[in-house]
Amino acid sequence: MAVTENDHRQADEVLPERFSRDASKALSGKIAIFQYLTVAVFVFLVSAFWKLQVQNPDVYSEAAERNRIKSTPILAPRGKILDRDGRVIVDNKASYSLLLNRDQIKPEHLPAIAEALQLDYGELAGKIHRMGANPQIIIKDQVSRDDIAWIESHRDLDTYPEMQLIQAWRRQYPQDGLAAHVMGYVGEISESELNSPQFLDYHQGDIIGKDGLERQYDQTLRGEDGQQRVLVDNMGHEREMENAQDAVPGKDLRTTLDLDLQAVAELAMEGKRGAVVALDPRSGEVLAMVSRPSYDPNKFTGRISKNDWNEIANDPYKPLMDRAIQAELAPGSTFKPFTALAGLETGVIDDQTEFHCPGGASFYGHYFACWRQKQGGHGKISLHRGIAQSCDVYFYNVANRLGIDRLAQYAELAGFGHKTGIDLPNERESTMPSTKWKMRMFRQKWYAGETISVGIGQGAITVSPLQLAAAEGGLAVGGNWYQPHLVKTPSPKLLRAGHLNSQNVQDVIYGMYGVVNEGGTGRFAALPGIKVCGKTGTAQLASNQLLKGTKLGQTMKDNAWFVGFAPEEAPEIVVVALFENGEHGDRASWIVRDVLKAYFDKKAREAKAPWQSARIQPFVPRELFNPPAPEVQQ
Amino acid sequence: MPVYRSIRELDWPLLIVTLALCTLGVLQIYSATLGTRWQDAWWKQIVWVVTGIAMMWVIASVDYHSLLGARVIYLYIASLVLLVITGFAGNKVFGSTRWIKIAGFTLQTSEFVKIVLILLMAKSLTDLKTEELNWKDLAKLAGFVAVPMALVMKEPDLGTALTYIPILICGVLMAGMRWKYILVITGILMVSLPIGYHFLKPYQKDRLVSFIYPDRDPKGTGFQVIQSRIAVGNGGMWGRGAKESSQTHLGFLPVPHTDFIFSSFAEEHGFVGIVVALVLYFLLIMQVVQNAQTATDRAGLYICMGVAALLLFHVLVNVGMVVGRMPITGIPLPLMSSGGSNTWSIFLMLGLVNSVRLRRFVN
Repeated sequence: MAVTENDHRQADEVLPERFSRDASKALSGKIAIFQYLTVAVFVFLVSAFWKLQVQNPDVYSEAAERNRIKSTPILAPRGKILDRDGRVIVDNKASYSLLLNRDQIKPEHLPAIAEALQLDYGELAGKIHRMGANPQIIIKDQVSRDDIAWIESHRDLDTYPEMQLIQAWRRQYPQDGLAAHVMGYVGEISESELNSPQFLDYHQGDIIGKDGLERQYDQTLRGEDGQQRVLVDNMGHEREMENAQDAVPGKDLRTTLDLDLQAVAELAMEGKRGAVVALDPRSGEVLAMVSRPSYDPNKFTGRISKNDWNEIANDPYKPLMDRAIQAELAPGSTFKPFTALAGLETGVIDDQTEFHCPGGASFYGHYFACWRQKQGGHGKISLHRGIAQSCDVYFYNVANRLGIDRLAQYAELAGFGHKTGIDLPNERESTMPSTKWKMRMFRQKWYAGETISVGIGQGAITVSPLQLAAAEGGLAVGGNWYQPHLVKTPSPKLLRAGHLNSQNVQDVIYGMYGVVNEGGTGRFAALPGIKVCGKTGTAQLASNQLLKGTKLGQTMKDNAWFVGFAPEEAPEIVVVALFENGEHGDRASWIVRDVLKAYFDKKAREAKAPWQSARIQPFVPRELFNPPAPEVQQ
Repeated sequence: MPVYRSIRELDWPLLIVTLALCTLGVLQIYSATLGTRWQDAWWKQIVWVVTGIAMMWVIASVDYHSLLGARVIYLYIASLVLLVITGFAGNKVFGSTRWIKIAGFTLQTSEFVKIVLILLMAKSLTDLKTEELNWKDLAKLAGFVAVPMALVMKEPDLGTALTYIPILICGVLMAGMRWKYILVITGILMVSLPIGYHFLKPYQKDRLVSFIYPDRDPKGTGFQVIQSRIAVGNGGMWGRGAKESSQTHLGFLPVPHTDFIFSSFAEEHGFVGIVVALVLYFLLIMQVVQNAQTATDRAGLYICMGVAALLLFHVLVNVGMVVGRMPITGIPLPLMSSGGSNTWSIFLMLGLVNSVRLRRFVN
């Protein structure tokens, strides 16, 4: 394709003289300048690239990463809480939560979002401000269907692109507040919790256990949230997703509770105020734990509204209080078995010791009445009848002979005056008075007269239902006190071994047998075919002295207690019922009877048809009256 | 003196460098547009390049002197007419009327005007036959450039209009001018530029502002500057690899196959790739300059230097924009950016350069 000769000639012809070769020397200098300029331009460009790509590439690769990756949390479901047979008490239900992506939030969007989703604008704005460090803020849980429709139709790029729905898990608690206090509830971690060292690895916005087992075993129950990385393009459209980190679900928690017993106890307490605790005294396993009035923890799941919270928190009957571990009340006559035990063990009485009860007695210049004062007292009364008839005068005398410190020694052995150490948060310390205690608390000497009412469980002594159950249970199994607990442990933990004279223990237990089976105060707790032992208690309110004369004081009735265990020969279960303002202990005995009956009915059912049992692990009875010398754990 | 001119006489180093850059361009267009609505752009670009080479050969075989007579005046007048027609009957794309349909091709007329201006400049300067241009000459030459520039700016297409300026500057500087003149002109420009700023369109002002302060409005006009810088920086030393570039493939980079092809190239091939590509551009320009040096006469020299200046300006402004050292003007990167008009006009210019080369032994 060479240019033809002809063309060229033509070109030569038209060549005017101005095209002749001229001296381009002057121009070679200018061309050199252009070449230098070119070099300069390229050096300039290369240096610009060097600066961006080589000197600090991290800045830009991170910027590119932020551009394209939107990470959203994959919320891990919390572990379920199961009863001893593996039945689910607390479950999770899939739901949706709405979160806002911080980098897309526009303040002018918030009022509209708050209005459409029925959120309080002030709360929402405050929350977004508070969670300054979070790239995403969950603003609403359990988003309803209508809300989902609204969100999906408004989360496009031109409206409110900051909104994003994620799958969440809603905690589902039993209805009607069943076991509410034991289970506790979950909620968003608070500012003060975040600041405490206990919650070091928690983050703003985390859902944590706030009370009960949910709090105690939060580490077990809570899973580990995963992270989903979504590749987004410049329009905010999601291109592909990858699970950068899978969510690790929380571990299930197998409790020692028996849902059957719990349900029976809850029903028995319906409409009353008080608590029921059922323990296996041979191991300390808690079989049922009820506190009434109760509340609906479902209202607390996730982020509770202010109104709901105020309603529950300001209730005068304090439904949030777990009476089973937080009530501090005088045990009343339910304490008498320990006075008897202390008397027998120290030898100030024996099983033949008798006292005369004319309906009251004077000690140190004060007159102390017996509850049968109006009927003329119990007359001449022995230890067995003293316990069975709950004769106050008998125990005034025993306490008087013992003195407060020897009484306190045995009471403390049984666990009075100390926390049980159950695996629940916020257990309250109770009081077992002694000379030391009084000196420590009041810098005062103990007066011998004060011992008398302590002997019948009045005065300064206070106890919680759980403590009482643990104390009576330990006595029932021969003087070995096990650690009460709610979550199964490989082996029961023996707290204190009494090394008691088994005859003395038998005498006390025989007295308690009389309470139920010999026309004593607890006769309503009797069950056919099962030797139930028990003790009533009708305790004046600890603060009665202060309330006397006031209107409230007159309307306040005595608290009713009943503690029962069975069978007499080898106790498997101890039940304590507290019926606040129940007037007399026998009104609490019905409750205990119901729980005991449910326990033995179930046992009989399972013995008859074990394959129908819900129980996964067979119940192995243990011979505990001759335990193989358990070691006391320090 | 008969001269043997054959395919062997072509500037082979120039052609190899050119084809290397075209190959990089086609590959990058393929990679950057994969899965987008422009994913046909790569083979279209191949068509442009192949036809461009044919055009180059045709132009190379024409003696450039034959174009410098009255023909260049006709061409110039025809260009102005075409620009006016484009203004009235052109296709409106992205708010500006730059394209015109001729024989089934949608062509950007302003791209071809560059060639005419290079030729016109060469002719005018040769006609003047002087080592020192006077004010009258300067005014005439500036007028030649100003008329098409005004028409192109009216489209509006500031970027392409600006590319006419290096042709003028290079031409007058090569022809020769008193230092006094240079100083006076520089002074006038210094004063008139801020005034000229007020006559810019709002979007052009925004571009300038966002060039200087890209972080002022990161989601708005500064977006392209920031995203391009992020893409380049994300490439690092060795690059993210083809098709692995997130800025390119997730659409953060604006037009990654045309004006911002070098951003996407930088993201995928890193500093090493950039150096290779820039070395190729450097060789390309130097080869054109070398043809200017060996040109048989001033006319050939002016043509080659005009082409070299234009290429240098394109590379500086486009690549400078990619690294955030130049404002966004929307001019393509020669030989790599996807687009028919630009590719063809570059090949036509290289054809002129070859035409000059083939005739270097004449006389």
